[in-house]
Amino acid sequence: MRFLHQTTTPAALFVLAAVFVGACGAGNGSSTVPISATTGVQAISGQTVTLVTHDSFWVSEGTLREFTAESGVEVEVQRLGDTGQLVASAILTSGDPLGDVLYGVDNTFLQRALDADLFTPYESPALTGVPASLILDPGHRVTPIDFGDVCVNYWIDAFDDDLPEPSGLADLVDPAYSGMLAVQNPETSSPGMAFLLATIAEYGDGWEEYWSALRHNDVSVTTGWEDAYYGEFIAGGGDRPIVVSYASSPPAEVIYADPPVDSPPTAVLTDTCFRQVEFAGILAGTENRAASEALVDFLLSPTFQEDIPLNMFVFPALEAATLPDEFVDFVKLPDNPHVLDPAMIEANRNDWTERWTDLVLR
Amino acid sequence: MTGRLARFLCVGIPVAFLGLFFIYPVVSILGFGLSGGGLEHLVGLPGSATFRGVAWFTLWQAAVSTVLTVVVALPGAHLVARRRFAGRRLLRALATVPFVLPTVVVGGAFLAVFDRLGMSDGSFRLTHTVWAVLIAHVFFNLAVVLRTVGSYWEGLDPGPEEQARVLGASPAQTFVMVTLPRLRPAVAAAASIVFLFCLTSFGVVLLLGGPGIATIETEIWRHSVWRGDFGAATALALVQLVAVLAVVGVGNGLQRRRAVGLRTVVARAPVAGWWELAANLGLLGLVMGLPVAVLVERSFLSGGGYSLDNYRALAVRVDLLPLTALEALVNSFVFALAATAMAVTVGGLASLVVVHGQRALSRVFDLGLMLPLGASAVTIGFGMLIALDQPPLDLRSSRWLVPVAHALIGVPFVMRTLVPTLRSIDWRLREAAAVLGASPGVVRRRIDFPIAARALVVGAGFAFAVSLGEFGATSFLPRQPDRLTAPLALFRLLGTPGQQLRGQAMALAVVLMVITGFSVLAIETRRGSAGADL
Repeated sequence: MRFLHQTTTPAALFVLAAVFVGACGAGNGSSTVPISATTGVQAISGQTVTLVTHDSFWVSEGTLREFTAESGVEVEVQRLGDTGQLVASAILTSGDPLGDVLYGVDNTFLQRALDADLFTPYESPALTGVPASLILDPGHRVTPIDFGDVCVNYWIDAFDDDLPEPSGLADLVDPAYSGMLAVQNPETSSPGMAFLLATIAEYGDGWEEYWSALRHNDVSVTTGWEDAYYGEFIAGGGDRPIVVSYASSPPAEVIYADPPVDSPPTAVLTDTCFRQVEFAGILAGTENRAASEALVDFLLSPTFQEDIPLNMFVFPALEAATLPDEFVDFVKLPDNPHVLDPAMIEANRNDWTERWTDLVLR
Repeated sequence: MTGRLARFLCVGIPVAFLGLFFIYPVVSILGFGLSGGGLEHLVGLPGSATFRGVAWFTLWQAAVSTVLTVVVALPGAHLVARRRFAGRRLLRALATVPFVLPTVVVGGAFLAVFDRLGMSDGSFRLTHTVWAVLIAHVFFNLAVVLRTVGSYWEGLDPGPEEQARVLGASPAQTFVMVTLPRLRPAVAAAASIVFLFCLTSFGVVLLLGGPGIATIETEIWRHSVWRGDFGAATALALVQLVAVLAVVGVGNGLQRRRAVGLRTVVARAPVAGWWELAANLGLLGLVMGLPVAVLVERSFLSGGGYSLDNYRALAVRVDLLPLTALEALVNSFVFALAATAMAVTVGGLASLVVVHGQRALSRVFDLGLMLPLGASAVTIGFGMLIALDQPPLDLRSSRWLVPVAHALIGVPFVMRTLVPTLRSIDWRLREAAAVLGASPGVVRRRIDFPIAARALVVGAGFAFAVSLGEFGATSFLPRQPDRLTAPLALFRLLGTPGQQLRGQAMALAVVLMVITGFSVLAIETRRGSAGADL
């Protein structure tokens, strides 16, 4: 079965492509058009592509079926761990990949994945609808699909005219806000890492001083997001009114409120946000190249993009995608979120986290 | 001919299972890591002060946790083994409940308890201290000692104790000088399991110990997943495996004792005194009851008051999840049944080899099948990913991989309850049967089986509970969305803000506990009938 699959598919593709090109007349200068557009639906129909992703991946029931209806390609989803586990697994299995397309590597792990040559380049025509700021690999080995900002959240009722909410990172070291902030360990938590990167993007070499001041101001460090948000933060019964979480946390506080509320009890400090971009890439070694390209195109289609926010609580990369009401009403996205070059992150992250551990935990 | 075939299967099935699903994957991943810089790391470890600190902490916290667990659990084991009271079977089943609770939930519950007792800060602070880790380890592992030792104790002939008392020994003297030595195989078996569990404990250390505490297990995870340094992770994984081998070797040595006279018919135990019951239940209530009570309370908290809304929500799918929480529970249940069946088969056969097989083979089996319990979830998960990728073993996306991983962890439980019991079956009983004309087959069926069945169900209950609650190894294996398990669903529910999701997560945790309690109870009812057979 496997043998048959390996040999017949490329041959069939070749024949079909030849027929297609012959019928349409060759030499019309369309050599830059992706394969999926030239081979057409017939070539890939009936194939199955495997989408490898993390455990937070989910879209509405019918969304992937729409892709199958359009292209004839079946999608098998395989979920595995968190982003770190996913990337490590992909690197370990790079000789014999777990699937055809990987979705879920973010900009903090991107360079590690690229260094391991996990992906083969593909420039999706749908990228024209994506802001250039999200396209972090000029070689298009990965395609941005969604982004989410890690931001400092605060409990609105904890602040008033006497003590207004902090305005940004600088205020968090102000003694007036002593003992109020909860953050996550950047060596065990993805938002913790993103917040450390935000402070490095803001203060450059001065980040160490900043964290010494945060420590002095009684910052609380937890292992993961859950124990910060539900253990330390007021939302879960803790006593700290400021926590590192996501820009999408306020709409979640409305959608999953109990009892129901009209507006979120929390808000975001937009000057503190670090932008996390999630990418999809075609895994090197795939035997279903054309179908994989079609899937990447579909991940950037309005159908998929508009389904992202309420299922994964991140934002679609496609600018034209319509957002759900809760995301329009209750999200303040920063105009200029903090960003760092993925290559710089990978080159320094282990040093940074070691320094951070010495400064904050020892 | 059939005898030879039976012997071949007894040896072959466990060897194939362990070889394919543990040794081959682990050797593959260790080989990969060692060739990728692991060797240099390994050589550098002894000189690293950080490593020495981590290794020392890992060992002592596991040792202290084990001693504490045994001390806290022994009175309870005595109660369920030697006393009669209403709800005895229920208590034994309830004790397994913590086993299925995901650490993220238990961690949260403990933090809440500390908070309510005023121990989250100040001079009696427990939060983010090693004490919190030790207490949580006792919470999780109490059942192992309570049930393993309890079931063994129940079958011990009370004669020697009675004689000691008649000869004038005090109850304390009798316990220390007569009972404890006789319990040694079971205590050693339970303690070695608890020790391995604490040695490789992950969520408890990270959540309750806080960011300042690290063990070899958490370091393996940090190096491989966060730092992408497989070489450093491999060196640590090797050290961990060697430590586990040493511990299991010593533990197995302590268990090797024969003929203490287990019986098939249990004498009618005296009724428990009220003070004895109260003291025991009070102790268990403090360690196990408080965190569970917090969970239960939270599961009913909804809409600003108490209601069943969170439980009703389990039948409704939230956007974040591919299935409803109830469907995820059904998945977990099916996985647990499959894992238990595998663990009982492999563990049962391996136990026969350990007890009746040749000496060398017996030792190797006894050691080898314990190893998965002491190996890191990272090692097993990554190992399976890189090893089981070629036909005919292309199992990476197979639905069997998750139950197989769970069964690996369940087998040691089956063996550690079964082996001491099989060893202790009174040889006089078997000899008498043989003298009376029973064939070896009949002896096995009428003597060995009923006694072994009692231990086997205890082991099966653990294998089931372990699978229901397993999170670590599962998370490393690729799964289709519709194979979501309850612990994974729970983790996802707790990963997004919103009281509705949190309430549902708490209700899911409580249902998971109830299912475990009832399943173990159901498995144990078989125990009564098997015992009454003789």
